[in-house]
Amino acid sequence: MTEYALILVSTVLVNNFVLVKFLGLCPFMGVSRKLETSTGMALATTFVLTLSSICSYLVNEYLLISLGLEYLRTISFILVIAVVVQFTEMVVHKTSPLLYQVLGIFLPLITTNCAVLGVALLNVQEQHSFMQSAVYGFGAAVGFSMVLILFAALRERILVADVPVAFRGPAIALITAGLMSLAFMGFAGLIKS
Amino acid sequence: MSTPSSPYVHTAGSVTTVMLRVIYALLPGIAAYVWFFGWGVAVNIVFAVVVALVCEAGMLALRGRPLKPFLLDGSAAVTAVLLALALPSLAPWWMTLIGTAFAIIIAKQLYGGLGFNPFNPAMIGYVVLLISFPREMTLWLAPEMVSGHSMGETMSTNPIFGHLGGKGWEWINGLFLLGGLWLIYKKVISWHIPVTVLGSLALMAAVYFLIDRDLYASPLFHLFSGAAILGAFFIATDPVTASTTPRGRLYYGAGIGVFTYIIRTWGGYPDGIAFAVLLMNMAAPMIDYYTRPRVFGHKD
Repeated sequence: MTEYALILVSTVLVNNFVLVKFLGLCPFMGVSRKLETSTGMALATTFVLTLSSICSYLVNEYLLISLGLEYLRTISFILVIAVVVQFTEMVVHKTSPLLYQVLGIFLPLITTNCAVLGVALLNVQEQHSFMQSAVYGFGAAVGFSMVLILFAALRERILVADVPVAFRGPAIALITAGLMSLAFMGFAGLIKS
Repeated sequence: MSTPSSPYVHTAGSVTTVMLRVIYALLPGIAAYVWFFGWGVAVNIVFAVVVALVCEAGMLALRGRPLKPFLLDGSAAVTAVLLALALPSLAPWWMTLIGTAFAIIIAKQLYGGLGFNPFNPAMIGYVVLLISFPREMTLWLAPEMVSGHSMGETMSTNPIFGHLGGKGWEWINGLFLLGGLWLIYKKVISWHIPVTVLGSLALMAAVYFLIDRDLYASPLFHLFSGAAILGAFFIATDPVTASTTPRGRLYYGAGIGVFTYIIRTWGGYPDGIAFAVLLMNMAAPMIDYYTRPRVFGHKD
């Protein structure tokens, strides 16, 4: 139990995928302009990340390793992720057409969210078990979601600020992301690895 | 702008008055600091204020904004004083320069100056220095090391020192506490943030202290050492970067106290106040969003 709690704290705070490992920056910048869309994106990504983390573990363990096809790992993980994203897209389309419309292109683009492939590959690299992989994927997703939603609320406030013309839009957003990352450095050393 | 619309709420005064009162409240603590540890901190403060005003003036000129009202409002000076107090008093001059310039230029002016910065500029400057120059940032003076200074010997032997926090620090922090209480009395700051910051820090410390007295420091030690009191009254209460709703301020303060204890006790950095303040700055817009006061006549 402690082991899973440690994995959660590690992925959510200490090794946050966005602010410490700098993975998944495209949706972090792209979908954080409004709080509502970013909440939807956070939920969709959480679903995809957890599910693809589990699926890629199963594919790696029972297909690739048993058939001796480890060299096909990256491409098969991409395929697994694409399938999970397609599935999520269908679910969102049926359950919440409004959210489907608001998320637009960013929903299929979860496929190219490097955090998703990153989690799948890191699971293999760190030789996680089935449960560890699931918790790792879920923790990464929670960390991503939390940071994305906080960032969206911050950006709504910066939108009305008197920012110098040259820094408006993505420039000040990137600076803000950098300062957030600075704050997250405080968690360094929290978990001795 | 002839007749302002109601309600006609009487406030504590202009920005300048507020900033001046913050500086007055800091003075007793600064005086004790100089008395115990020598003139280093005073030199740092003066230098930081000069750098802050120069950076502020330069950025205002570049942005084509009027210089005089923004330079005289005292906000840059308060940022500089708080940052200089957070630095070790023997920090080399270029560190003060880098920290203050980063705080004013990037954390404050790039966001549009006073009133728009999402992060506390002084703490951004401090954290940048702490991460870039960790060795220089931890060179804190022990009273015994203040050579040629009459207080050094007194403090290491006199029994009124070293019971609560570090030697000498408990008195400096006590005077900051007095200044902070005066600010609450003058209604410059509200009680919500200081009480919840110190309360949650003390509560966390008390729980772990009761679990294992040998492993964890006492709540009083946590309150009176490091920057806990300075942070709770002067840094976390920054009206721009803190949460603005009364209920939100309670969550905001409690978050700072809890994160401070976590980073102090299990983290890799000696004091967590700066990181805790920045983390909660980051969450403040979200807290405000969920704690909006009910508009009179409307249901939730």
